[in-house]
Amino acid sequence: MLIEFTDKGLCCQQGGFYIDPWKPVKKAIITHAHSDHARFGHESYLCHEQTLPILQLRLGPQHYQTLKWNEPITMNGVKVSLHPAGHIIGSSQVRVEYNGEVWVFTGDYKTENDGISGQFEPVRCNTFITESTFGLPIYRWKPQEEIFTSIRQWIRKNRDNNKTSVLIAYSLGKTQRLLKVVAEAAENIYAHGAVYNTQQALLNAGWKFPEVKRVTADIPRDVLQQSVVLAPSGADASPWIRRFLPYSVGVCSGWMQVRGNVRRRNVDAGFALSDHADWNGLIETVKLTGAEKVYVTHGFQSTFSRYLNEIGIDAAEVKTEYGEDEAETNAALADEQVEQPAPTEGSDLSGDVDQNSETSKRSDPL
Amino acid sequence: MKQFAELVKILGTTTKTNEKLEALSDYFTTANDRDKVWVIALFSGRRPKRAVNSTQLGTWCMEAANIPSWLFVESYSTVGDLAETIALLLPEGEMLFEDESLSYYIEKLIGIEKQDEAIRKKFILDCWMKMDYSQRFVFNKFITGAFRIGVSQQMMVNALARFVKLSASVIAHRISGNWDPSTTTFDELLGEEHALAIDHSKPYPFYLAYALEDEPATLGEPGEWQAEWKWDGIRGQIIKRNGELFAWSRGEELITEKFPEYQVLQHLLPEGIAIDGEVLPFQNGQVLNFNVLQTRIGRKNVTKKQLQEAPAAFFAYDLLEFDGNDIREWPLIERRKKLEEIVQHFRSVNSNFPIHLSPIVEFNSWEELTRERERSRSLNSEGIMLKRKSSGYQVGRRRGDWWKWKIDPLTIDAVMVYAAKGSGRRSNLYTDYTFAVKDGDQLVTFAKAYSGLTDKEFAQVDSFVKRNSLEKFGPVRTVKPELVFEIAFEGIAASNRHKSGVALRFPRIHRWRQDKTVEEINTLEDLKNMLETYGK
Repeated sequence: MLIEFTDKGLCCQQGGFYIDPWKPVKKAIITHAHSDHARFGHESYLCHEQTLPILQLRLGPQHYQTLKWNEPITMNGVKVSLHPAGHIIGSSQVRVEYNGEVWVFTGDYKTENDGISGQFEPVRCNTFITESTFGLPIYRWKPQEEIFTSIRQWIRKNRDNNKTSVLIAYSLGKTQRLLKVVAEAAENIYAHGAVYNTQQALLNAGWKFPEVKRVTADIPRDVLQQSVVLAPSGADASPWIRRFLPYSVGVCSGWMQVRGNVRRRNVDAGFALSDHADWNGLIETVKLTGAEKVYVTHGFQSTFSRYLNEIGIDAAEVKTEYGEDEAETNAALADEQVEQPAPTEGSDLSGDVDQNSETSKRSDPL
Repeated sequence: MKQFAELVKILGTTTKTNEKLEALSDYFTTANDRDKVWVIALFSGRRPKRAVNSTQLGTWCMEAANIPSWLFVESYSTVGDLAETIALLLPEGEMLFEDESLSYYIEKLIGIEKQDEAIRKKFILDCWMKMDYSQRFVFNKFITGAFRIGVSQQMMVNALARFVKLSASVIAHRISGNWDPSTTTFDELLGEEHALAIDHSKPYPFYLAYALEDEPATLGEPGEWQAEWKWDGIRGQIIKRNGELFAWSRGEELITEKFPEYQVLQHLLPEGIAIDGEVLPFQNGQVLNFNVLQTRIGRKNVTKKQLQEAPAAFFAYDLLEFDGNDIREWPLIERRKKLEEIVQHFRSVNSNFPIHLSPIVEFNSWEELTRERERSRSLNSEGIMLKRKSSGYQVGRRRGDWWKWKIDPLTIDAVMVYAAKGSGRRSNLYTDYTFAVKDGDQLVTFAKAYSGLTDKEFAQVDSFVKRNSLEKFGPVRTVKPELVFEIAFEGIAASNRHKSGVALRFPRIHRWRQDKTVEEINTLEDLKNMLETYGK
């Protein structure tokens, strides 16, 4: 096997590298900067150039090397290239070729173009390793514009009722996607410290976004009531949020597709906006790769691989440590993240947008 | 239908009572009368007869969505609600701009009830294809029943009271009882002019007590209070008006036919009377374990054998109507006096009279009552009811004048062995657990419980389940027997349906015993001893 599934992560023996390893290795190729994929302790990191500033923020000075998309390099005779995964800024699929055999690992991906992360590009291959976070047919997303419209309506309704709109979204990924949408409905956008720091790192790297101000104690109440506050998961369950009273909480996450999840989070609104491919997106992608063999990782791997086998695509499930169990990624209740007035290096980027940050923290060697 | 779907969406997501109330009264102010009647019916637990069953709905959905049945089952176990699963799985509809009303769909559904399956199938599929997700969800919801979406009957009554010219208690009275939403107009139900017309079947809204959490001494003078046993049966009302007899359960189900024992009352009781009380299994002067009655409930027709094995009496608590007059505002002590007069008169002339007076527990001090309360379990009672002697008979659950002072539940330490995902709000967490006690070196399951932990504890147990699953059977996982819980329950009875040989009443998790190991849990022997002591 060109890529093997080892206890350290996906490993290409021939090329002498790992992809998104969860234990320290010499050479790590990183698909994207979420903490369950990009971990501390490797000797060298190879990632997309847009991923670099976020990795630097998170992991500090390390031995980094960057690539552009579709810019192949050769490692011990193995040809390696990155291709847009559309998940968050810089997120990439990794294409590995040796002796004419091609393997692709997706990392996390979404097929809809969000205008920031790059348009997902299906890559032809012999063996395809895909995520399956939302690998159930109940997860079929509405077009993002439709969801954006409901978010704006919700913000306007809150403003009319003199309530602050608190939007829960992960600081890396969903936040950037939401900023333009939110800016159209609110004059002032404030951010929790964790969100604010990520924004600064991106601005320093040359990205342009609508202005975001850090939440401070001296913002007048009447200004807050007309504003939107962006906060990471967990902030809605902490005392930090009380300063916005009266407020309304909305959560942006693919898990909000199911009513029970909205109700369990005890929030006022759930928006099923995800940075992962939905059921149709996953199937479509698998078909477009033309792969003869598909390995299904993190998410509904047993369900999705069984379905692929039934429609005539040879598939098997693989256990990785990304996101862990499908339901565990969803257990936001156990999330104890509270206010972080001055995020220290490494603590401000909680995990993947749709994943429980506690899960990521627990398995993170940091 | 869009309007109704929107209403359900708001009721289902908002956590604030005021917003729910507002959404409901907005709806009642703007919806057409037919739709209003149906909303009242649906939210008070009346639904159209099942025109199609859940299996059919599921099958048609799988066909329309082109997915295999195992995938449907996987989806369902993740979502936890059939109506919602189907709404999520169906392919995109045609999105027509026309919008039919709620009553249009319900009445059509009633219309196809007796048609061939092919016609019913076509109708359902056509409807689905005309609807968006939220409309499909409510449509499926009223086909599959159980419209539990976070709105209580009381809340609906309050919303109605905002725009009809009737008081909340009159509304509660009007919408209770036996009325058919397909033939009742809104004016007949809640029109001003009909407020005075009497539907002689209607029960009064039940007055319910809160649990007494403080010491009874906080209630003041013992002399101001009447104490009764708190019985564990079916709370009900027996009514005779216009020569007809009606027995109602607290769930406002008409149960007259389920209790033939009460038929004699049709001739015996005086005209214009309503008695509040409890349906109890009763034999040879003894109240029996409620479990005995369980075998009868739910059967439409009662057999002779059941009548012999599980005879039912009615223990009278209160008199609400006498001589055709609503006397709920009389002080309790006056109502009780009247009730005693009536019941004692009939009991003296007819030994088979099925109504008994629920006895008053005499006491002079709270200490004395505390001692009396210790006897509860031996009488198959759950504790003591305390009622202020001067109190009127109020509507719904109220604080102040009536309190239930229950005895502490029985408890047993057990280990969790199976876990399944919950439904609704808990649909992606493992929150439904099965517990076992020790029997030698074996574990024997004896109870399931779904409640009693905080959200945070559920999340912790959920995470344990995921890390310690041994096997997976459909939605159920067997779990490494490690977590010990104290299980509380109200009663215990022998059962041949359960491996352990016992059935518990209202089992729930009392607390998580993180201080105990599986070695320290109770044994089957302990359970059997409890059965011996309390299970008669």
